[in-house]
Amino acid sequence: VSLDLDFTLNGRPCRIDCPPHWTVLDLLRDGLSLLGAKDGCGEGVCGACTVLLDGRPIRACLVLAARLDGHALVSIEGLEGDALDPLQDAFAELGASQCGFCTPGMIMSAKALLAVDPAPSAHDVREALAGNLCRCTGYVKIIEAVLAAAQRLGSHSAVEGEGG
Amino acid sequence: MDGPAYRVIGKSLPRADAWEKVRGRPIYAGDLALSGMLHGRIVRSPYASARIVSIDTRAAAALSGVAAVLTHADVPRNELRMELPGRMAEATAGAVLATQPVLAADRVRFQGEPVVAIAAETPEVAAHAAELVEVEYEELPGVFDPLESLRPGAALVHEGGNVLRRWQLRKGDIREGFGRAEVVVEHTYRTPFVDHVYIETETGVGWIDAEGVLTLRVSTQVLEHFRDVAEVLRLPHSRVRLEGAYLGGGFGGKEDVTVECLLGLLVWKTRRAVQLVFSREESFIGHGKRHPYVMRYKTGAMRNGELVALEAELYSDAGAYAALSPWVLFYSLVTATGPYRVPHVHVDAATVYTNNPIASAYRTFGSIQTCIAYEGQMDALAQALGMDPLELREKNFLHKGDAIATGQVLESEPMLGETMRRAWAALGPPRRAEAPVRIGRGLAASFTPYGRMCWTRDSASAWVGMELDGTAVVRCAAPDVGGGQTASLCSIAAELLGLPAERVVAVGRDSHFTPRAGTTTATRQLFMSGNAVLKAAREVRRHLVEQAAEMLEAAPADVELYDGRAFVRGASDRSLALAEVVKAATAAGRPTQVLDKFDAPSAPTIDPLTGQGKPFNDYTFGTQAVEVEVDEETGVTRATRLVACYDVGQAINRQSTEGQIEGGAVQGLGHALLEEVVLEQGISKNPHLLDYKIPTTLDAPVIESILLESGNGLGPFGAKGIGEPAMTPTPAAVMNAVSRAIGRRITDLPITAERVLAKLKSRA
Repeated sequence: VSLDLDFTLNGRPCRIDCPPHWTVLDLLRDGLSLLGAKDGCGEGVCGACTVLLDGRPIRACLVLAARLDGHALVSIEGLEGDALDPLQDAFAELGASQCGFCTPGMIMSAKALLAVDPAPSAHDVREALAGNLCRCTGYVKIIEAVLAAAQRLGSHSAVEGEGG
Repeated sequence: MDGPAYRVIGKSLPRADAWEKVRGRPIYAGDLALSGMLHGRIVRSPYASARIVSIDTRAAAALSGVAAVLTHADVPRNELRMELPGRMAEATAGAVLATQPVLAADRVRFQGEPVVAIAAETPEVAAHAAELVEVEYEELPGVFDPLESLRPGAALVHEGGNVLRRWQLRKGDIREGFGRAEVVVEHTYRTPFVDHVYIETETGVGWIDAEGVLTLRVSTQVLEHFRDVAEVLRLPHSRVRLEGAYLGGGFGGKEDVTVECLLGLLVWKTRRAVQLVFSREESFIGHGKRHPYVMRYKTGAMRNGELVALEAELYSDAGAYAALSPWVLFYSLVTATGPYRVPHVHVDAATVYTNNPIASAYRTFGSIQTCIAYEGQMDALAQALGMDPLELREKNFLHKGDAIATGQVLESEPMLGETMRRAWAALGPPRRAEAPVRIGRGLAASFTPYGRMCWTRDSASAWVGMELDGTAVVRCAAPDVGGGQTASLCSIAAELLGLPAERVVAVGRDSHFTPRAGTTTATRQLFMSGNAVLKAAREVRRHLVEQAAEMLEAAPADVELYDGRAFVRGASDRSLALAEVVKAATAAGRPTQVLDKFDAPSAPTIDPLTGQGKPFNDYTFGTQAVEVEVDEETGVTRATRLVACYDVGQAINRQSTEGQIEGGAVQGLGHALLEEVVLEQGISKNPHLLDYKIPTTLDAPVIESILLESGNGLGPFGAKGIGEPAMTPTPAAVMNAVSRAIGRRITDLPITAERVLAKLKSRA
């Protein structure tokens, strides 16, 4: 038995068969060879597999691939167009990525935040990323990068920093 | 400050790998899929202490799609040996060094010990086969506490006795010291097992290459483990190759062998490519943890605050096998007094076997536990003396020319007072909070070695070469654990060769194809490989300058390299593109590629009876200050602000240096407030991220890093190491801040809400 999925992947139509027990993460990594989403715990805690389903962040390791049928999925590989996404630029420039293993998931969560709140406060960023674990950076430069990206994207000027 | 003007060094430069990482492109060890690849699976002991009565693999082996079901009988040399070069045997004299088998034969000594290794066509089949393996165990009495393990009649973990290794430190006359002391404080500090929780678990893929070389691509801090795999398989060392991959974090947890030998065994036996990925649960129960310590401290001082005596007993729980426990404890011994002048010192330290998880390397390597104790003592002493804790520290800090407790004289100024004052001042004016929240501030000064023990005669090699287009290549087998090791090596070469950082690339981290750089551990890569790259690049530079001098008709001393060109000093119109210089040098037969080696200064092993000697070449000193809010109704502690100030010698890449400090501080914060591997009779109760919490964005405080750059380090450009020192003082600073907030001394970690509430209910 296999599923016949028809969905939008990173802006393009995608039709693929997959075993019914596969998660979105299995499908991305093993079915589609998209390796940006990482498996850090397999139980929805670390956030390294975060991708966007119809614009909302999901834990790819917890959601069955069957859910994708008729929907739109965006992974880290689908974020850049002709240029990198401002989040990607800001993460690289400001040193928000160290070992890089949490980075794709972190950026996808940030992307989802900026889509609904283009001018988040530092605290908003902390809340939005609280489900993405990073062990290298202490989150300082990650939060800075999201705020910087918001500012670059932003029409809104009021972006708060944190303490000084 | 008038430092030398660098063009690359000390700047905040994005790393080349960051642009790949933000796109999700790097191929980590677990990402590499080979066609026809098998999937590995390990059957582990569910018991902490048991005899293996029998292992029946027949049903598993008969399952369709299973390629191999291996037991101890299939392992040519069933021992995870760790042979470190450099007088280690001499330094290990008297230790009971119990090495772990690759696959347990007749006895298991900790929960999670590997017993059977399986390879199958799919992960699902491998998992099914694992369920079909029948291992009959007979549970045996175990010992689960290091102090109980020391008692007569305790169950023996190994035949030779439960004491793995003792160390002792003697300086002055401890009785005379306490005889003089006018104030004495005594406390016992306890720290738990802590997990590294790198987000990438232990992974690897292996295959046999066209020349018959067993090749493993593994997430490891130590490419030299190819030797351990070769020993296990009884192969010549030259027949095993370890190819480095990007690591999804290491922190010391990928310093010991993890998947290497199991993977090598499966590949060698099946002659197929195999992938082995540890699940998060396996990672929790399978790899070495930070050692729990019990530390009894007695500190004596004069009324004016001058320290006169320090007596300490340190006990560390090594778990079931030796791993790196003797050396972790040695770091504790050396740092036991903290960065203070103490005339009379007496330290007894023991690392002890139990049937708990193996404990081994974890960032700071035994320096973090003692910092908790010595800095807890300094605050307790300040309180007993009615003295300002900063003043007390200032009075006793080590300075240039002072000796640490092992007798080693510090050859440069540690700048401890400045790090402390600046960190404390940067916390800003005091804040008030309303009940039930109490605010507390605390700090901890610290010292942490960078680089290996002197007697190991550590060395690192690197190759630097120019390409005809004027770009440069660094080849150096230094694993990049995410700290920016590779980018820093490129920056060092770029500075010397007058190139923008992006025109230097590092290729390959590979035991066969790149010069041996040694391990990315012990905060040694910048010091060791950095100096190796510096030496090689300096030599390449010399040849380029000579060539350019000839072409520009100038004296070599007047040639400068920058912006990818060779200039005549003071005559900016006389210049050449470096590419032209390289082409001409090549045509002239001048070397433009150089392999060089850096040897760390060495020293004899320390005196086994007194601990006197030169244990390490140098140390990184620094202070962290932290503000916490404690809710006295719920007991919950939150860190609001943290300032770290270190003398880093010279930042190579400011962004990376800050990144190390910020990451180390938050990892230390987790250690202080949240993290503990909870064990019941050796069985882990929280081998999942749901139950083992690490700090999230909501837990991390606002952090400020203040970098002092004395130029006094032994690394390139006077750099010191910062990777481990970044974490050392955090738990102690947090403990002192919480103690201040609640008016009771906290001595046990983690500082959970329950502990805080219990303390609040107790008398002051």
